[in-house]
Amino acid sequence: MQAVTLDSRRLPTVPALARILPGGGLQSGGSYAVRNSTSLAMALLAGPSATGAWCSVIGLPDFSVEAAQGFGINLERLILVPDPGSQWLTVTAALVDVVSIVLTRAPEHLAPTEWARLKARLRQRGAALITLGSWKQSDSTLGVAESAWEGLGSGTGHLRSRRMKITATQPSGRLRHAYVGLADLQGTPTGGSAPSATYTPGAPGAPGAQGAQGAQDSGTHTLFEPQLVRSS
Amino acid sequence: MTSALPALPAGSAHATRTLMFWCPDWPITAALREHALPAETPLALVDRGEVFACSPAARQDGVKRGLRIREAQARSTNLVPLPYDPSLDERTFEPVTTAVEAIMPGVQVVRPGLCAIRAKGPSRYYGSESEAARVVFRTLAAMGLTDVRIGIADGPFAAEQAAKATDQLDDDVEQLVVIPAGRSAWFLGSYPLEILEQPKLTVLLKRLGIRSLGDFAALRASDVRNRFGIEGALAHRQASGLDHRSVVARTPPPHLDTVADFEPPLARIDQLAFAFRSRAGEFVDTLREAGLVCTALHVSLHTESGEASERRWQHPRWFDADDVVDRVRWQLQGTNASDHGLTSGITRVQVIPEIVENLSDHADGLWGTGPDEGIHHGLARVQSMLGHGAVLTAIVAGGRLLADRRVFVPWGDAPAGQQQAAAVPLKDRNQPWPGRLPGPAPATVYAQPVPAVVVDSRGNPVDVDARGLLSADPAFFSTGPDGRRHAVHSWAGPWPINERWWDRKGRVLDRFQLVDQSGSAWLLLLEDHAWWVEAGYD
Repeated sequence: MQAVTLDSRRLPTVPALARILPGGGLQSGGSYAVRNSTSLAMALLAGPSATGAWCSVIGLPDFSVEAAQGFGINLERLILVPDPGSQWLTVTAALVDVVSIVLTRAPEHLAPTEWARLKARLRQRGAALITLGSWKQSDSTLGVAESAWEGLGSGTGHLRSRRMKITATQPSGRLRHAYVGLADLQGTPTGGSAPSATYTPGAPGAPGAQGAQGAQDSGTHTLFEPQLVRSS
Repeated sequence: MTSALPALPAGSAHATRTLMFWCPDWPITAALREHALPAETPLALVDRGEVFACSPAARQDGVKRGLRIREAQARSTNLVPLPYDPSLDERTFEPVTTAVEAIMPGVQVVRPGLCAIRAKGPSRYYGSESEAARVVFRTLAAMGLTDVRIGIADGPFAAEQAAKATDQLDDDVEQLVVIPAGRSAWFLGSYPLEILEQPKLTVLLKRLGIRSLGDFAALRASDVRNRFGIEGALAHRQASGLDHRSVVARTPPPHLDTVADFEPPLARIDQLAFAFRSRAGEFVDTLREAGLVCTALHVSLHTESGEASERRWQHPRWFDADDVVDRVRWQLQGTNASDHGLTSGITRVQVIPEIVENLSDHADGLWGTGPDEGIHHGLARVQSMLGHGAVLTAIVAGGRLLADRRVFVPWGDAPAGQQQAAAVPLKDRNQPWPGRLPGPAPATVYAQPVPAVVVDSRGNPVDVDARGLLSADPAFFSTGPDGRRHAVHSWAGPWPINERWWDRKGRVLDRFQLVDQSGSAWLLLLEDHAWWVEAGYD
């Protein structure tokens, strides 16, 4: 029988993020902190979810399931516990037992012994933990360093696409970053925003402005190709 | 016409002498009893927007079956509309069937409210057919059912018509029609063809000049067989009082539900859970002995002061004893006291299995049933810690506001089951929904909208007037409790949403998208001069 290699303990990850994550993707048993972006956390969930893994979201009552579906997360295999109350650790530990990837708000206080136990359980079950908000104890911290939206003028248009600079920091202090568009994170380049073509917002002068933006939009996709990963 | 009837072989061996008892308007009786309404309530049971059945009081006002609910309400202003629930009919008819089975075995439930019994045995035991019918009258009257009709004739078809013919009797006599043996063909002779409930055959026969069952029965059986095939031949036998159907008695089902009475009443949930645990174990064991597992059950709790709490619970796999106790506990806990509305101690807990399935369909495989089994166990553990409604799955529904577009379903409940569909119809997301948000969906949708402040370059609040015009371009905005001011980089709006203007709960809103200097985008709502953050594109 073949031994379990290091490679097989990697969870599927969206290509745009796999390049900057240490080890070339989400590691099972790993913990990741996402500083300031729910979208980024959704993109991390999307990879495993697309291959049939169960995901769980704990303590995030504001999590938008519609956006999650846009990122390719299978809602039938998504478990939400919006309010774990004071039992955050118990609930998280119980869900780590059964699901492959857990997204949660970073706990305000977690004793080192409790964290060590949770970490051991993560490794044993081969699950990954993603916390929203900075958390020093995690293996790697991701964040959106810069962000720019396209499609919105002053009083015209609507949000269409987003370009982000994503950074990944390892505990050693090594920093990697990549420029990605929102569509790269969603996996499908144009899937999410298809109905926008039929919509006309009530703003004055919208049709003309939209036409101009449509042309702009088709041009931006080449601009937003993920660029080379740089390491510093 | 009936005199022209050829002599039939009297007391034909083919027709089973049948006693048919009928409780008219059973769905209404059942609903009145279930909801403890007085008998004179104008009640209508509504199925898919149309009246399915109505009470005599409603019928006097002109309500009838097939009417649209609006029309029915216009005719009878005090009308109480209730959704029609077929399972309720069956559930409430069950005690009636059981009571009749106790006095004469072999009851066939044709449908709730209508039962057939072989008349031969009871008539010999009680002395005569009418005496047997009187015993049935007395038994049902003891249960509070006074409006019962009985017909006795050859075969279920003729007996049913006889029971319905009791309408023509005076009110003060017993509602009983006995057609002597061999006279069923004569009795049916004057009925129109429609009661055969075979529309194609009826139309054809009418074109041939045959208008009543008597005319039809007068045809030669072999001719009918040759011309109309087997269906026609069977209808001909029915018309001739030689019903091919017989009474198929049901096998009384095993007693699967469980009831626990508490004396003195229990006021604490943990006491109740402890006291009910052994009963729940027996409940699951009884099911297992019958080779069944329960996937949905109905829990009813009764209190000392006569209140009742009823709820249907589903299970993603099947209930074991702990699950049953959990459901009873959750039903009492709810999320707040108003959920169950019970004010005094619990005297009685009843658990009825609603859906039972074969145990073999749910047996664990030799190597387990895959990863999903573990999921159910893990989530059931979290549910027993936090409550049924704390572990959710989500569906994207239709709607204009983002908060309307997500629907949470507690783990284990059917996503759009009949029960919930009736209470909160799920909006279809494939409908156009003019005014919904274009572009990528925001990642954070606030469950509780966050107040915000939007000002123009001079520091005056930005507002939209009655004509939908903006007072000034937004220049700065601040959100949330920290109140930090962000400069607006780009923006769009107002996009008006005017929801349900005819309804007091309808809302008139204007929506804005704003991007601040740091490149984060927000979705803001302006309602009644106040700004709220609906969502954030973080």
